[in-house]
Amino acid sequence: MRPESLLPVFVKRPLPSRAMVYLSPLLALTLTLLAGSVLFLTMSVPPLQAMYAFFIEPLSSVYGLTELAVKATPLVLIGVALALGFRAGVWNIGAEGQLIIGGLCGGAVALYFYEQEGFYILPLILLAGIIGGMLWAAIVAFLRTRFNANEILTSLMLSYVASLLINLMVHGPLKDPEGFNFPESRLFSESAMLPILFEGTRLHLGAVFALLVVAAGWLMLSRSLSGFQIKAMGSASAAAEHAGFSSNRIIWMTLLLGGGVAGLAGTIEVAGPIGQLLPTISPGYGFTAIIVAYVGRLHPLGSLLAGLLLALTYLGGETAQINLGLPVAVTGVFQGLLLFFLLACDVFIHYQLQWRRSGSSGEAA
Amino acid sequence: MEILLPALLTIITAATPLLFAALGELVTEKSGVLNLGVEGMMVMGAIVGFATVHVSGSATLAILASILAGMLMAAIFALLVLKFHASQVPTGLALTIFGIGLSALIGQSMIGVAYDGIPQIAIPLLADIPLLGRLLFQQDFLVYLSIVMVVSVSWFLYRTRAGLILRAVGDSHDAAHAMGYSVIRIRLLAILFGGAMAGLGGAYLSLAYSPLWVEQMTAGRGWIALALVVFATWRPARVLLGAYLFGGITILQLHAQAFGIAVPSQVMSMLPYLATIVVLVIISSDRSRIKLNAPASLGRAFHPSR
Amino acid sequence: MFKKLAITAVLGSSLLVATAASAETKAGFVYVGPVGDHGWSYQHDQGRKAVEKALGVKTTYVENVSEGADAERVIRKLASSGNDIIFTTSFGYMNPTIKVAKRFPKVKFEHATGYKRAKNVSTYSARFYEGRAVIGTIAGKMTKSNIVGYIGSFPIPEVIRGIDAFTLAMRAVNPKAVVKVVWVNSWFDPGKEGDAAKALIDQGADIITQHTDSPAPLQVAEKRGVYAFGQASDMKAFAPKAQLTSIIDDWSHYYISRVKAVMDGSWKSTDTWGGFNAEMVKMAPISDAVPADVRKLALAKRDAIMDGSFHPFQGPIKNQKGELVVKAGEVLSDKVLSGLNWYVEGVEGTMPK
Repeated sequence: MRPESLLPVFVKRPLPSRAMVYLSPLLALTLTLLAGSVLFLTMSVPPLQAMYAFFIEPLSSVYGLTELAVKATPLVLIGVALALGFRAGVWNIGAEGQLIIGGLCGGAVALYFYEQEGFYILPLILLAGIIGGMLWAAIVAFLRTRFNANEILTSLMLSYVASLLINLMVHGPLKDPEGFNFPESRLFSESAMLPILFEGTRLHLGAVFALLVVAAGWLMLSRSLSGFQIKAMGSASAAAEHAGFSSNRIIWMTLLLGGGVAGLAGTIEVAGPIGQLLPTISPGYGFTAIIVAYVGRLHPLGSLLAGLLLALTYLGGETAQINLGLPVAVTGVFQGLLLFFLLACDVFIHYQLQWRRSGSSGEAA
Repeated sequence: MEILLPALLTIITAATPLLFAALGELVTEKSGVLNLGVEGMMVMGAIVGFATVHVSGSATLAILASILAGMLMAAIFALLVLKFHASQVPTGLALTIFGIGLSALIGQSMIGVAYDGIPQIAIPLLADIPLLGRLLFQQDFLVYLSIVMVVSVSWFLYRTRAGLILRAVGDSHDAAHAMGYSVIRIRLLAILFGGAMAGLGGAYLSLAYSPLWVEQMTAGRGWIALALVVFATWRPARVLLGAYLFGGITILQLHAQAFGIAVPSQVMSMLPYLATIVVLVIISSDRSRIKLNAPASLGRAFHPSR
Repeated sequence: MFKKLAITAVLGSSLLVATAASAETKAGFVYVGPVGDHGWSYQHDQGRKAVEKALGVKTTYVENVSEGADAERVIRKLASSGNDIIFTTSFGYMNPTIKVAKRFPKVKFEHATGYKRAKNVSTYSARFYEGRAVIGTIAGKMTKSNIVGYIGSFPIPEVIRGIDAFTLAMRAVNPKAVVKVVWVNSWFDPGKEGDAAKALIDQGADIITQHTDSPAPLQVAEKRGVYAFGQASDMKAFAPKAQLTSIIDDWSHYYISRVKAVMDGSWKSTDTWGGFNAEMVKMAPISDAVPADVRKLALAKRDAIMDGSFHPFQGPIKNQKGELVVKAGEVLSDKVLSGLNWYVEGVEGTMPK
């Protein structure tokens, strides 16, 4: 008898558990609260206060809720789009770069129409952002389909290039002419800004776009042929090709989609809460969105919930710093713990725990 | 030659941390596991190594502690993806967030602490060879180790039975499982090796390359290491090539700036990334050869029962 | 889980008590880097600690705040949680600070290194270039190769000002010396900063100076046996032989005086650009490696700056083409200085645009 057979083992369920689909995040949250309590006790902070700061205070006012939506908007947008690509096995990990180029292109159009009026300006800005993000992703798709160059490398490397490129542009051609040569652009004119939904908050039209993208993603995945193709390719690309889907087409489609939406997210950031071009327009949303996509189980609705949760931990981290003097490093550790538990608890959807004493661990993992 | 030689020395030190971390990740990926947490394991290796040398004064102990820290981080990853069947991509990313946070907590009292760096070892006689001697035989111990590791990993993967099994697991876990190999155990070892090497890369940063501690001092090198594995098309010798190419262009663009070349510095800083893409495109054009090297089940979850 | 959170949120909001306006003064700080960067943010945090110690007021800080969309939320959060004065310590916080200040007219704001002010928004910055003039003097006297290496972060006016002031002072005592500049496009990446130092030394520089945060370039200088100057804090521990002196950022006097002004009601919106006299800029002890006459010269330079008899940007100043830009007897105005974007004669390479 092997020693590990004394421990409980995971055994695959015949069918995925419906209940666990909903219960596993609750279990994960409970475990996070327990482990987090230990963490906060070692930092000599009362756990209840810390949990209140992380999960409740940011939500305890209308303003807080709108800020949550503002923070979650880019995460949800990109998360939904990336999830489609990941389902198809296309590893676009460079959404950050696509976001930056989208913001840069949208911002450049906004600056071109500086101090001009017109209903057409904002749509043009958004369009420029989407096209910019698509073009940046198209480089990846082209290199992959034409030269077989792995998209993990190209998309990641292009993110670094994008961040240097926007830096160059705001140091040079796009910098504010009256700005004492500081590296930032003019503030966009009113006509180039996304409308605010509630006066006195920063909640902007972009949040609505995020919801629309969630809905569209859902429809696409459940109804359309493309959705079927994406799923088929993810499960076995050889089989998918056999069934007559062109893997190149899927690569192009998912990358353009991911790039376009990331570009839109970047434009929404600069034409929304930021209102100008800066050397850095994103604190890594493109990378965090990868986590959002997976924690959301690669489902658009899941991305929405996961995006909100992740955004909440960022807001909570700020509250914890302000109220309790916890360094930002604690936020990182806490976020890590939360993600570990969320990812681990999903095991219960497909597996169940069994205590078995016999040595037949053939099925055990 | 007067500038070339010291520039080459600089390139070697710039490439070494990348080389360690990328070699480790290569072995992990060869077993079919994609661990995106290299940055997190590396930064933990950096702080634990630095804290150990500060407390104990022993560089050897510090390097061992870094390796251990990287392995512990990798163990968390292994537990989640192997035992709890968590998806590899987000688990690796979460590991990075966790590692950056935890290293900053551990390092709070290490800010502003100075350390001289691990000693350089001149290999007797060989180091006295004009020009080449200084380049090849008067480095710190870890640089030699990194080269040894390239050869060892290459030998292990392609010349040993264990390496063959590891590659078999990476190519088709179901087939390997059917043949009676413990997919989980082999992947666990590969992940731990990846962690150890990332820890070592971190140790090189905080003990040799720039012997100090500041938060987030890895500054994205874990990500570059990940890219280098892809760049190398999963070949150890090409990791060496990739690390030296990337390090080389990084250093040469600094030199070009010092020469006063009239190109914006941001464009110069883009060069290592662009060059890596260009070279990858050239290497990858030969489709058939890439497919032989890339582990076929990379990133896919292993469900043994069916 | 989300439902549960939402319910608690509703409960929470009904229980929400308006932040009690206490008589006690509170000060908030926003940092762009982690406190552990050992550079810019670290020095601001030292200033915050000095405020706590000197005045016994409660302070809060938020670190690692991205200059994009996050800044406004964090500043607003600090303003709404009862802080009477808020220091936003990076240039990129300028517009968010102004926006939040409009909404919180009773809260005082202090924005570092910017140029937009309001009734409740002051700006402050330090004339670090005064320190650069002192180390430039030392460098001019100490260099044997007549090549000095300068490691830049980003080509913003603040950094250009430093390069120019350094070069002018250096060439005043040694017209043959030149400055080579390498940009690393990062505020702190110890590895890259060290590599830049190595590249500069390999190209003949025997003195290294930097406008990036980490002590890595000094460590390289120490190992290679050349001299260097520290940045932001005294970095002697990292390079006991190589560090000749260091330009120290000291925000404590300013922070204490501003918080005090809030406490006694005398706070007004001001524009402070202080140097040696304001004790915002300090020099670390000059190393013994510097000969007595050079030390005397350097200290005399500092004293002359302090008593106003010398200005680091007084004419004659020539640009890189050798054209006279500032005539003898004239001084570059603060307005020009705050947006400086050209190199003076003696800097090699082209100004990155």
